[in-house]
Amino acid sequence: MLDKSIIRKLEKIVGRENMTTEKSDLICYAFDATQQRFLPDVALYPQSAAEISDILKLANAEKIPVVPRGSGSGFSGGSLPTMGGIALVLRRMDKILEIDEENMLAVVEPGVVTEVFQQAVEARGLFYPPDPASLKFSSLGGNVAECAGGPRCVKYGVTRDYILGLEVVTPQGDIIHTGGRTMKGVVGYDLTRLMVGSEGTLGVVTKIIIKLLPLPAAKKTMLVVFDSIRGASQAVSDIILGRIIPTTLEFMDSTSIDVVRNATNLSIPERARAILIIEVDGDEELLEKQAERILEIVAPFGVVETRVAKDKAESDDIWKLRRSISPSLRQVNPNKFNEDICVPRSKIPDMILELERISREVGVPIINFGHAGDGNIHVNVMVDLAEEGMQEKVDRALEEIFRATLKLGGTISGEHGIGTTKAPYLGMELNDPTIQYMWIIKKALDPNNILNPGKIFGFSGNE
Amino acid sequence: MAELKKQPELKDYAEQIKQCVKCGTCHAYCPIFDQERKEPLVARGKVALAQSLLNKETEIDARFMENLSKCLLCGSCSDKCPNLVPVEEIVAASRREIARRKGLSLFGFGLSTTLKHPRLMKLMARMGNLFSWLVFRKVPEKSGLRLRFPAPYIRGDRTIPKVAPRFLRDAHPEFIPGEPGKPTVAFFTGCMANFMYPHIGDAAIDALKLLGMNIRIPQNQGCCGVPALSSGDGVTVDELTKRNFDAFAAVDADYIVTVCASCNFGLRTNLGKTGAEGESLAGKVIDIHRFLNEQGIGAKLAALPPREKKVRVTYHDPCHLRNQGITKEPREILRALPGVDFVEMRNADQCCGLGGTFSVYHYDMSVKIGAKKAAAIRDSGTEVVATACPGCMMQLLDSINHAGLAHRVCHVLELVAAELPPANQK
Repeated sequence: MLDKSIIRKLEKIVGRENMTTEKSDLICYAFDATQQRFLPDVALYPQSAAEISDILKLANAEKIPVVPRGSGSGFSGGSLPTMGGIALVLRRMDKILEIDEENMLAVVEPGVVTEVFQQAVEARGLFYPPDPASLKFSSLGGNVAECAGGPRCVKYGVTRDYILGLEVVTPQGDIIHTGGRTMKGVVGYDLTRLMVGSEGTLGVVTKIIIKLLPLPAAKKTMLVVFDSIRGASQAVSDIILGRIIPTTLEFMDSTSIDVVRNATNLSIPERARAILIIEVDGDEELLEKQAERILEIVAPFGVVETRVAKDKAESDDIWKLRRSISPSLRQVNPNKFNEDICVPRSKIPDMILELERISREVGVPIINFGHAGDGNIHVNVMVDLAEEGMQEKVDRALEEIFRATLKLGGTISGEHGIGTTKAPYLGMELNDPTIQYMWIIKKALDPNNILNPGKIFGFSGNE
Repeated sequence: MAELKKQPELKDYAEQIKQCVKCGTCHAYCPIFDQERKEPLVARGKVALAQSLLNKETEIDARFMENLSKCLLCGSCSDKCPNLVPVEEIVAASRREIARRKGLSLFGFGLSTTLKHPRLMKLMARMGNLFSWLVFRKVPEKSGLRLRFPAPYIRGDRTIPKVAPRFLRDAHPEFIPGEPGKPTVAFFTGCMANFMYPHIGDAAIDALKLLGMNIRIPQNQGCCGVPALSSGDGVTVDELTKRNFDAFAAVDADYIVTVCASCNFGLRTNLGKTGAEGESLAGKVIDIHRFLNEQGIGAKLAALPPREKKVRVTYHDPCHLRNQGITKEPREILRALPGVDFVEMRNADQCCGLGGTFSVYHYDMSVKIGAKKAAAIRDSGTEVVATACPGCMMQLLDSINHAGLAHRVCHVLELVAAELPPANQK
């Protein structure tokens, strides 16, 4: 519980209508997509960087935890108020301040929803590629904090590749500016890159300058069914070796094909053991050729069936298959542990074999799909936690999954972040001096450890 | 007489509440969240509140009730929910649970949101009956209309349809024989078509006659129960459902058609929760647009004489039809009409903002949601906006008046009836 005098001061900063201490409101700011629950003491809806600066100055003086929150749709616990304090809700700061067509950039507030932004720039023939699965509701501020990815990243890169500059409120309440409106800029440290993916532990982003691309004229969607995962993986390698980088290169392994086979009436051949969904974009005339070339390349690798979408409706049908996986997962078991490991893309077949082994040995179903083009695999351990000893099995499976990932030269999180859920595994990937180096930065910028404490590093105090 | 099961309790939804994984998809589809962007007002917040109600973790205070009252029950969220969580049912069950624990009376739930406003409560005590007498002097006490418009909450600038001088069910016999061998269709009129817009019912009967249907209009049918459901008044829902069960089980029709999207939802889901017999009756409930299409009204309309002058018409999707996937059928009927030039409007599938009792207690927010709809109607460049739900009609008219537009608001069936040859009309 926060002191009444602090509540009064906060009220003075944001106004009574922009804060709440009502339990029935706080319950709704206690969760994110990890389904853990931690009640904040107060939720604030600030309207400007100046207000956020005042909030952080007060919080820093009084040593109150502050947890920035966008749409609260993260998978790693980044927006959970694990130590109570202030839930800093930024979703209502959602103005697109500027779309600069001449310089192909935009300036936005952090609460703008990813898809809303994409539609706004696409209406002007511009393009913002990062497309996390949550783009219909995730906020750009959240995307920046977690460095969100998505299927299109194989060709276009991730959020960090589009952030030119930021306005940030520091943990001590100063307002700083990183980067700017130019494509080049080497003055001082690259604080923009430090901030992107820092999970709200180093500062609160209040303004984002975003680089845009010309909107591709057209795209073409293909579905290729293979009789083995090895064939599909080899096909991925050969597409890249053929010097073609598709817009998306999604795969589904046999476990995920099985769940959609039961869930949809889309016909999938019996022999299907892997599926690739391949999309190319660009000028209309080039697309036809590219698509043909890709189908030639993949032909020798056990192709069972090929579908090339003739129009948007057929393309939607293909994507429906991919999007049916997540909703269908719960048929397998009620509890989902969703990891987003990433391996060098040539190692996907090895990783899939490892996952099959772990599933067999630990005795838990593991369903895999994701972004083959960049080696980012969504690994879903599906269990019923009500069964006795299941949590231990899950823990063992996850640890083995991470161990296998790292052995293959991968990383334990491609696009979800560490937050709370992966904090216990941080030391598996980073050595002690590396973690120390990061912690020194955190400690220097946030000496009282008020900003999103307990995230990434997993401990709370000033260790 | 069949023994009917009562409406489920909140605890019966315990499993479905757990299915909400708080992914946030509902953010993208909730008309209220679109306005406020606050977490307690969106589906996953509501489910979290339902969970805490179930676990008795929170007090049922004014804010708790206000948060739960801010839901249109439009089902836009559950329609798009990856885990198919029936949010509107969970919210309705939560409201019943609160009514049960707090012992609130008939439209107590909405009332609870104004407990904080003693002035309003006094005002109601003083003039409540007077106003409701003016508006509802002929409307029976258990009608959904009374729940939709508990009197003193109606603001002066709100457009509300007048009570019709002649009620629909009084103007037609209980049985209208059709052609031999044709199906028997029972007509569930709903309160708005019966008391306020009887011409929609007349139009429905004309259309059914055109197809030679045998028509049954049970006199003793009642309200579908949606307003009571929305108010958390489980006892009334059960009573009304029993009444409709008796009325429609007795006529043994092949189909039960509705002209109101919300009635269709209410009748179907309420009957469907009463046990096997109720379920079989619920299985016969069908929206009239879908029914007319299935029975081949398209060919009949195509055979109508061509019209020189066409009216530009757009269509608004009522939530309770859209959620069942009934979006093509009303449009196909409109396109088939010789006198109609159909134009699709932007965001036709977004809620109009009525949400039954919601618009009474949260009128300001309802107006804001309606303003977005009015802007889309304006930009469509049409003269008429048609829909398939009298509730939406009322809200659309109010929104159009606020926006200063001159559009005519009507039911799809009215446009159909207007083009039928006189022989087909009464």
